Amino acid sequence: MSRLSAVLGSDFVYRFRRDPIAIVAFAVTAAFMLAALLAPVLSPMNPHDPAQLDIMNSEIPPVWQSGGDPAFLLGTDDQGRDMLSAILYGLRISITIGIFAVMVQMALGIVIGLMSGYLGGKVDAFFMRLADIQLAMSTLMLAIVALAVFKAAFGAELFSDMAIIMLVLVIGIAEWPQYARTIRASVLAERKKEYVDAARVIGLSAPTIMRRHILPNTLSPLLVISTVQVANAIISEAALSFLGLGMPVTMPSLGSLISAGFAYIFSGSWWITTIPSIVLIVLILSINLLGDWLRDVLNPRLYKG
Amino acid sequence: MSGHTQTAAAPAASGTTAPAAVADRPLVEVDGLIKHFDLGGHFLQRERPTVKAINDVSLGIRRGEAFCLVGESGCGKSTLARIVMGLLDPTGGAIRFDGTRIDGLKHTARKPFHRRMQMIFQNPYASLNPRRTVQKTLEEPLRFHFPNLSDADVKTKVEQVMVSVGNDPSWGTRYPHEFSGGQRQRISIARALMVDPDFVVADEPISALDVSIQAQVLNVMMDTQEARDLTYLFITHDLSVVRHFGTRVGVMYLGTLCELADTATLFENPRHPYTRILLSAIPRISTEEMKPPGLPGEVPSAMNLPSGCVFHDRCPLANARCSAEVPRAQCQADGTLVACHAVEEGRG
Repeated sequence: MSRLSAVLGSDFVYRFRRDPIAIVAFAVTAAFMLAALLAPVLSPMNPHDPAQLDIMNSEIPPVWQSGGDPAFLLGTDDQGRDMLSAILYGLRISITIGIFAVMVQMALGIVIGLMSGYLGGKVDAFFMRLADIQLAMSTLMLAIVALAVFKAAFGAELFSDMAIIMLVLVIGIAEWPQYARTIRASVLAERKKEYVDAARVIGLSAPTIMRRHILPNTLSPLLVISTVQVANAIISEAALSFLGLGMPVTMPSLGSLISAGFAYIFSGSWWITTIPSIVLIVLILSINLLGDWLRDVLNPRLYKG
Repeated sequence: MSGHTQTAAAPAASGTTAPAAVADRPLVEVDGLIKHFDLGGHFLQRERPTVKAINDVSLGIRRGEAFCLVGESGCGKSTLARIVMGLLDPTGGAIRFDGTRIDGLKHTARKPFHRRMQMIFQNPYASLNPRRTVQKTLEEPLRFHFPNLSDADVKTKVEQVMVSVGNDPSWGTRYPHEFSGGQRQRISIARALMVDPDFVVADEPISALDVSIQAQVLNVMMDTQEARDLTYLFITHDLSVVRHFGTRVGVMYLGTLCELADTATLFENPRHPYTRILLSAIPRISTEEMKPPGLPGEVPSAMNLPSGCVFHDRCPLANARCSAEVPRAQCQADGTLVACHAVEEGRG
């Protein structure tokens, strides 16, 4: 109980409560996360199940438009799929890919960043040049090449089965330099401090010092870039799906929904593309606003009172 | 590299000493130590720029003494301490602890020496990990070196050491930022004492503290020395602390050892011209006006050392020999080691 009151009374919570943007951003992000988590409960139908689709229901507009059907609140797409269900399930897939891709990035980035920063010398030079080379090519370019090669080599069928894993790996591996560089920079600052020398004097091994002493002191920048990176990963996933290299139409993510509806936008069925786009934009915006707020709070040089 | 045969305080080979001499053998021997820092530089440069931080320093620290190393900033005293502790690797020379050569030891082979040698750091605000509670910080060395201890034993030991340095054992659950500088430094001392070391290096342990706290921390260190029969290597630039604390003193200038003497001898009868000037700079309360120490110029860069004696271009007694030949430490009648041509020739 005292722990809970300590958290509630902390500076962190105080500043959160004082900042309406942070509250709204947090509420929206949390709502989306919850909706994604509860998608099977919330959605009227399972959009991944072709048996539940009826082609006769295709392209029904949202309820507030003439011709809308109360059974399909946000209308249906070209295959008669309920948009609300498709968006909820799509959100689920997008967020899953975003979070897991960031976990891959984080794992790679932490290991490489810690080693580069702590060991220095040739290890550092090797990994940082590798990061430079990788950053010289954009994430999307790398991902498109990797996914296109995979799709060509193993066929579209296997690709659609493996799409989630492939997207997580590709986006995860393509963006490790962001983490590695951030961690390395904080490790360089931390390892000069005397508590690291004290740990060395005790006789602890380098991996133990990195894990037990240095890593916990680099966590706040990690938290900040993680929020931004989740948003980036979701955008990358959407972009790849839009280009046809991501989630298949049978298991649409937000990106594939936008892509699928794009062909119908001029035939009047604007909602198939527009509604998932709005969801994507609001989600990314609130995650980024939350990340900005977190950065300001965790940076002691930016006290705004 | 050739000067270390002259040093009476550091018998060279440990294998040849007779058993009777073991007790007299210095606990820590620094033998012909050289440390150059490579500054990288351009790969086409013929000579890579190096900082010559320590140039052929030899000294021996006897059991149970508080050996003080003094000198101005950048003279290499902290570097020497860090090499002794294994935080830096020497470029040349040897470090022996209790007769065993410890420089260049592999990590696992060094473990017993990690237990016997501990260090207290200069900045109590940086030497404690801000994310760990005091209890965790203090338990860490104990659990690492004595993995078989039970939780209850560890707890008792932490409490006992905390009390012995004048800390409240209930501080364990708190974080370093909740304490003042003096309290943190006492926690730091407690951490060093957790594994019952024989030898403690203190790298300017009081220079970051308030004057009112300095004496308190110094007293804690002196009390623990008495209670635990510790040997100290005490790095400082505060000469009044040396007088109060040290058994013997080494004076360093620009990476070399100028003079090594008993504390009383050094303060009564400083031989090396640098030591004399250094001692004359101690502030005194007197009605006389203090003369400026009379040391011309600035400390030369350690990247580009003067030829011969490193002190010759600022020394009032320097002659042609001083700028050509590196002086070696000569043992005086009272056991003081002085590295100065002028003292050797009786010019002083």
